[in-house]
Amino acid sequence: MIPEIGHLALILALCLALAQAFFGLAGAQRGQLVWMSAVRPAAVAQSLFVALAFGALAYCFLTNDFSVAYVAENSNTALPWFYKFTAVWGAHEGSLLLWIFVLAIWTVGVARFSRHLPQEFSSRVLGVLGVISIGFLVFMLATSDPFTRLLPPVTQGRDLNPILQDPMMVTHPPMLYMGYVGLSVAFAFAIAALLSGKMDSVWARWSRPWTILAWLFLTIGIIIGSYWAYTELGWGGWWFWDPVENASFMPWLVATALMHSLAVTEKRGAFKSWTALLAIAAFSLSLLGTFLVRSGVLISVHAFAVDPKRGVFILGLIGVFVGAALALYAWRSPTLSSGGGFKPFSREAFLLLNNIFLVVAAAAVLLGTLYPLVMDALHLERISVGPPYFDTVFIPLMIPFFILIGIGPYVRWKHGELNDTAHKLWWVILLAVIAGLVALILLQAETTMVAIAGLFLGAWTIVAALREPVYRLWQRARGMHLSLPRSVLGMTTAHVGAGLLILGVTVTSTLGITRDLVVKPGSSVTVHGYQFTYASTQDVSGPNYQGTQVTFHVSRDGKQIAVMRAEKRTFTDTVTSVAAIYPGVFRDLYVGLGNPLGDSTWSVRFQYKPLVRFIWFGGLVMMLGGVIAVSDRRYRRRVTESAAIVPANPPLLAATPVPAPGTAKAEVEAGG
Amino acid sequence: MKRSLFYLLPILVLGVLIALFWRGLYLNPRILPSPLIGNAVPTFNLPELRHPDSPLTQQILIGHVSLVNVWGTWCYACREEQQTLMAFSRQNVVPIYGWDYKDDRQAALAWLAQRGDPYTAVAFDASGDAAINWGVYGAPETFLIDARGIIRYKYIGPLTPDVIQNDLLPRIQALQHEGT
Repeated sequence: MIPEIGHLALILALCLALAQAFFGLAGAQRGQLVWMSAVRPAAVAQSLFVALAFGALAYCFLTNDFSVAYVAENSNTALPWFYKFTAVWGAHEGSLLLWIFVLAIWTVGVARFSRHLPQEFSSRVLGVLGVISIGFLVFMLATSDPFTRLLPPVTQGRDLNPILQDPMMVTHPPMLYMGYVGLSVAFAFAIAALLSGKMDSVWARWSRPWTILAWLFLTIGIIIGSYWAYTELGWGGWWFWDPVENASFMPWLVATALMHSLAVTEKRGAFKSWTALLAIAAFSLSLLGTFLVRSGVLISVHAFAVDPKRGVFILGLIGVFVGAALALYAWRSPTLSSGGGFKPFSREAFLLLNNIFLVVAAAAVLLGTLYPLVMDALHLERISVGPPYFDTVFIPLMIPFFILIGIGPYVRWKHGELNDTAHKLWWVILLAVIAGLVALILLQAETTMVAIAGLFLGAWTIVAALREPVYRLWQRARGMHLSLPRSVLGMTTAHVGAGLLILGVTVTSTLGITRDLVVKPGSSVTVHGYQFTYASTQDVSGPNYQGTQVTFHVSRDGKQIAVMRAEKRTFTDTVTSVAAIYPGVFRDLYVGLGNPLGDSTWSVRFQYKPLVRFIWFGGLVMMLGGVIAVSDRRYRRRVTESAAIVPANPPLLAATPVPAPGTAKAEVEAGG
Repeated sequence: MKRSLFYLLPILVLGVLIALFWRGLYLNPRILPSPLIGNAVPTFNLPELRHPDSPLTQQILIGHVSLVNVWGTWCYACREEQQTLMAFSRQNVVPIYGWDYKDDRQAALAWLAQRGDPYTAVAFDASGDAAINWGVYGAPETFLIDARGIIRYKYIGPLTPDVIQNDLLPRIQALQHEGT
């Protein structure tokens, strides 16, 4: 009964999505007020039915309803309840339902928080979201119905892929999907603006908080994924340049570019057409991510649905959505004014460079991800592109990028003055060099050029980002009136996070130590001053696995500092390695079991990983920056207060910067 | 006019990508005839991955039917293939020789320790020069060698249980039959 209700709910959601799309787009086009007033209820009702379907599938999992084929294939009675719940998105059908459910959440959010926008505009935004809902609901009902019954039903289900049985699987996919799908909102805003033909800076201001929200979910999703791989995959890596990781990294890079470009469009009315293109590109890349993962076009450990029919469908969806969007773009963009001009040394120029670096980086990732496919499609050979390519491409791109990150916020809009910027930053440079040198001495390891560059760039980025808030607080302490708006604080925080991240990435990958050794009970090995002693081995068992646990005593300078227990687990037909990690702020110790060599002898990988936590901590700080920026009051201002109603003939924003309402000190504000 | 053509560029890029994916969807890891099929294995002299002091030559491939599997730790398709190879090696049908291609010794040893080692012996071809004689384009690739040391078959792309069952096993059995 419950599965049928779920199925029916999906069909009803599709009908409501049709209404939402039609009334939203046609209503706005024809100026029909009655039609437009139907959009919001249709969108909310559509979302409720999707939520009902999602709840129905979750219910089937929690009650072990193995008469549903999808449940039988991905769950069994031995699973703890929370893994039964996460098994909802453990395979293709369910993760598609999660995608649609997340879109429903965003739709409700937009319906709720778009009341201050002109009705015509919000109708179009919801209409575009409705079109996306239609596409995915049809995809689901036509090719991947999770509610299909299994006849005759089985009494016990199969196991959930053991590698997915991890607490972080509860949060990783939903967060990532919140980010992916959240970019559909930025996309919908761009399309609504293109459709209206009135693309001005107000559109950018409305779109900014949504874009930042999607970006911060994408950020946290990627961080969790990386941390999960580190703890769960058992060999101590935190990023593999796997096609599926790339599929989340490309939209992240473009979304980051979009956030910065939106700042220029909002404040200076420039980059309009470029910003719209970035919004379309960011969403297209998240659709592409879905395609790459779902179709099995690229070989990857993640591609768990290999089915050309589904691939064709998603490809069709991409073709229709993105094709239509780009056609609209090609039609509307030439008529847009190019906005305010700017000098080569100005905030705009620096943000343009930021965009160029980020988009080139995204393009490089895209090339590396698709190259094997291109070679194959052109009847050349099947090949793989590995980390050496990505490392080679990324290092030269990121060095200038991180130099610019520090300077950009201290350059004025329109035309900056070199002297002014240099005056603000000379002591920052000095401080960064000192901090880098201190760090170099503290780490006391053999260093490489990349490590040194990373240390200085990280220190530079952090110190430069902190300069502005420190200066403002200092001036305030001296009785000056200098505000510190949340948008500036958010940017600062995010840049500090980027600095921490780059420190973590370079130090751990250049100064980390890995030793693969064979150890017998009682023997001990020393890695970077840490002595690991093989203390004991014992058999362990869990609800659905058998395993072996090896215990190591870790000591330094003769004092025992930790006990580490690494495990090897055997599930029904897979073996996973659960690494032992002794975490620390400045270094991790990592022990992973390799192969048993008989007589309790094991091949073991010992790793010393300096600053590895800075990678995830930096990512979290970046995300926190997004949270602070999105909480800025000006995004919640009512339409009546901010004069944000689109005038019939919007003034061209040729030379005058648009002062952000309420922030009279827009001149000193370092938004972006 | 020129300006508006510029704005059409994104949609053209999209068109190319879609066409590419369309083809990609219908491509299988293809079996391409190699010009080397029917020829004796090229000569080589490479260090063994795990015992750098004992070199391997083409002599090891003579006298029995064998597989030569080209892999590398940098190749993510090899990651998937490794599971299949482990399962196949347990069946003890033929010796599987590894050819570690353009790789780092430490990384390769760690890989085998972590994921299991299906290989009878592994030739370590750090520069990839010796693999040129074999016509290796990338990893993974798998060659089937008969008892006289003649290349009889080449499979490009990662091996799957399906490929082993339907492509390799019948050929291996035929060759082993031929030998006796």
